Amino acid sequence: MTSILFAILFYFATLMFVVGTFYRIGTYTRTPAPLKIPTTPAPITSGGVVLRMVREVLLFESLFKANLWTWAAGWLFHASLALVLLRHLRYFTDPVWNWVAFIQPFGMYAGITMLLGVAALWARRIFVERIRYISTPSDHLMLALFFVISLSGLVMGFVDHTDVVAVKGYVLGLMHFAWLHSEVQALPSSMVLYMHLFMVAVLLMIFPISKLLHAPGLFFSPSRNQVDDPRDKRHISAWAKQLESES
Amino acid sequence: MADIAAPAYRVIPIIPALKPGAMEGSGPFVANDKIQEALGFPGQLVEDWHDRAIAKMGDLLKKYRSLKVFLDACVHCGACSDKCHYFIGTQDPKNMPVARQDLMRSVYRRYFTLPGKLFPKLVGARDLTRDVLDEWHNYYHQCSECRRCSVFCPYGIDTAEVTMAAREILDSVGYGQKYDNEIIGKVHKIGNNLGLPGPALQDTLEGLEEDVKDATGIDVRFPLDVKGAEVLVITPSADFFAEPHIDSLVGYGKVFHATGTSWTLSSMSSEAANFGMFIGSYEQLRKVALRIRQAALELGVKRIVVGECGHAWRVAYSFWNTLTGVGDGADQDDKFALMLQKQLDHRYKQPTHICEFTWDMIERGALSFDKEANDKHIITFHDSCNVARGSRMGDYPGGQFDIPRNIIKAVANHFVEMDPATTHERTFCCGGGGGLLTDDLMDLRVKGALPRMEVLQQAVDQHGVNFLAVICAICKTQFSKVMPYYGFDRKMVGGVHQLVSNAIRLGEK
Repeated sequence: MTSILFAILFYFATLMFVVGTFYRIGTYTRTPAPLKIPTTPAPITSGGVVLRMVREVLLFESLFKANLWTWAAGWLFHASLALVLLRHLRYFTDPVWNWVAFIQPFGMYAGITMLLGVAALWARRIFVERIRYISTPSDHLMLALFFVISLSGLVMGFVDHTDVVAVKGYVLGLMHFAWLHSEVQALPSSMVLYMHLFMVAVLLMIFPISKLLHAPGLFFSPSRNQVDDPRDKRHISAWAKQLESES
Repeated sequence: MADIAAPAYRVIPIIPALKPGAMEGSGPFVANDKIQEALGFPGQLVEDWHDRAIAKMGDLLKKYRSLKVFLDACVHCGACSDKCHYFIGTQDPKNMPVARQDLMRSVYRRYFTLPGKLFPKLVGARDLTRDVLDEWHNYYHQCSECRRCSVFCPYGIDTAEVTMAAREILDSVGYGQKYDNEIIGKVHKIGNNLGLPGPALQDTLEGLEEDVKDATGIDVRFPLDVKGAEVLVITPSADFFAEPHIDSLVGYGKVFHATGTSWTLSSMSSEAANFGMFIGSYEQLRKVALRIRQAALELGVKRIVVGECGHAWRVAYSFWNTLTGVGDGADQDDKFALMLQKQLDHRYKQPTHICEFTWDMIERGALSFDKEANDKHIITFHDSCNVARGSRMGDYPGGQFDIPRNIIKAVANHFVEMDPATTHERTFCCGGGGGLLTDDLMDLRVKGALPRMEVLQQAVDQHGVNFLAVICAICKTQFSKVMPYYGFDRKMVGGVHQLVSNAIRLGEK
């Protein structure tokens, strides 16, 4: 029964995540940027913009300039999260890709650093007056969500081991729609696992309607993704061009 | 206004504690119906302001990707929270960039996002009430659109874009700002921010020619409306009469004289400033800029050079090509832009900053200087915010930092830098930019200057700095006005071309 409920939940969450995120990205793509507004000094070639973006995505360059503590906590959290996510590919691939197998131990410990990162970010939100002032309840809940996800993951990895083979069987079953033609492999019965999976499903569902949109948003930020060449090339949006034919 | 006082210097770099409500009632005067209607805005707050404001917001969200992405992407990380000069000077938490954005983001969430519609409290969403609207008018006129916050934001969120959108919404419901909208009206009517008509401008320029003749013995011309001149100079109208601005205008004239460049000013288009940007209105921005296109076409000039002005250079450099076709690289079927672009000489960047022009001439060896003429000055340079973070000079990123400094070093012997945490892209706004250079915001302007004054004081104490060079008309006016509050002589402020003017040799070459 629980297995079926989780199956429904995950299909639904994945659908919301994919459709919602694509919808948002579609909106961003369709919305014009009528003026050149890169924050200068900005790259003057597209190659330069790609490099700027890579530095922002991988190193959090701007945040580094802003505040070392926020940068350290934020980078630790995101880098750990990336490693943890990649490690989880083992549950989705059979046979497991070599590099995914290789990063397994690193991914395990990244769970710990991820938790540390979340804790540091949360502490900042609670104890720094300015950050406390701007925080909404959802900001705290978001951190709580990541806290519970990483903590429950760590418990399963280091304390109360789950039957990972069964989990993998269940996930692959969902992925291949195995329930259409045969029995689905059941989820192991574990409260920690249930909690872990439930929170992940919640995360997927709120992604396209919350501040988690900062992930796709960065790529569409005109102050970061525009080439600084307004004198060399006329940049004009459709609705602005319209004004010219009217006058 | 007698009770306005400068805040005490901080022990740098302590981040100030919050003083909620400190600047609650410190907003600007509201525009009256005459001022509003001249720009096509409703004269007074309309009955159905709520619905019209939300509709306008929806409209802007479809027209500007910046607004849409910036309202979605913020994670409340706080990177920007201590970066705004107005926050540092006033300690009002709503002057933190993120909190300023949240004044609008909260409304966006309530009306345009699912979580905000379902659980407003949870995500900090709120209804657009009259109090919220008043709060917008108050705090979106305590932002100088200087973009310092956007340098530090991990997603490049630029509060200026949000401020512009807010001001546009306020205008659309009849709740504009007096200073900005009155000035835009003057440009439409007369051609410049000051309302200085053509004949008066002619007189001023003739007087200037006499003054320069008296001082140097040389006939330096300040031509007006000369058809067929090579260069059209578009400069902030403050350059025509205000101190210390006019000394830089003299500098431009001397550079053109010494290099034998034929140039002209235009009486019809006698303003580089474009307050259309400040109020976020593309239509106003465009309408003001079109005067320059018209003047260039009528006078048949080959080059357009822009005088010392911060936001004007941002508009010229970043937006003129889009708005008016002053630039290069229009599509083959773009008749509107090509009409002008075919006339311009593309061996030069269009438009060109006066500093680019002068530095180019220095590099070519076309100018020579008596640097000793500036020996009484120990000079430092304040990067104007819009030049630093909204534009460029030269052909590589960061040229806007090097070129003015190169000029200063070429014309003077004593140049020192201020604290690097407050120069280049990290520079602080002077405190009077973004359409806030008005007496009704004096308290804000004095407080907003605090971070710049602190590091200037350091430079004075360490190096004996006695000249603050800038390339912005607003910086010049703002510093002249607020520096006495901090115990500085207002005459410390001057333009880069004022220094050029002091040292340039006119008799030779």
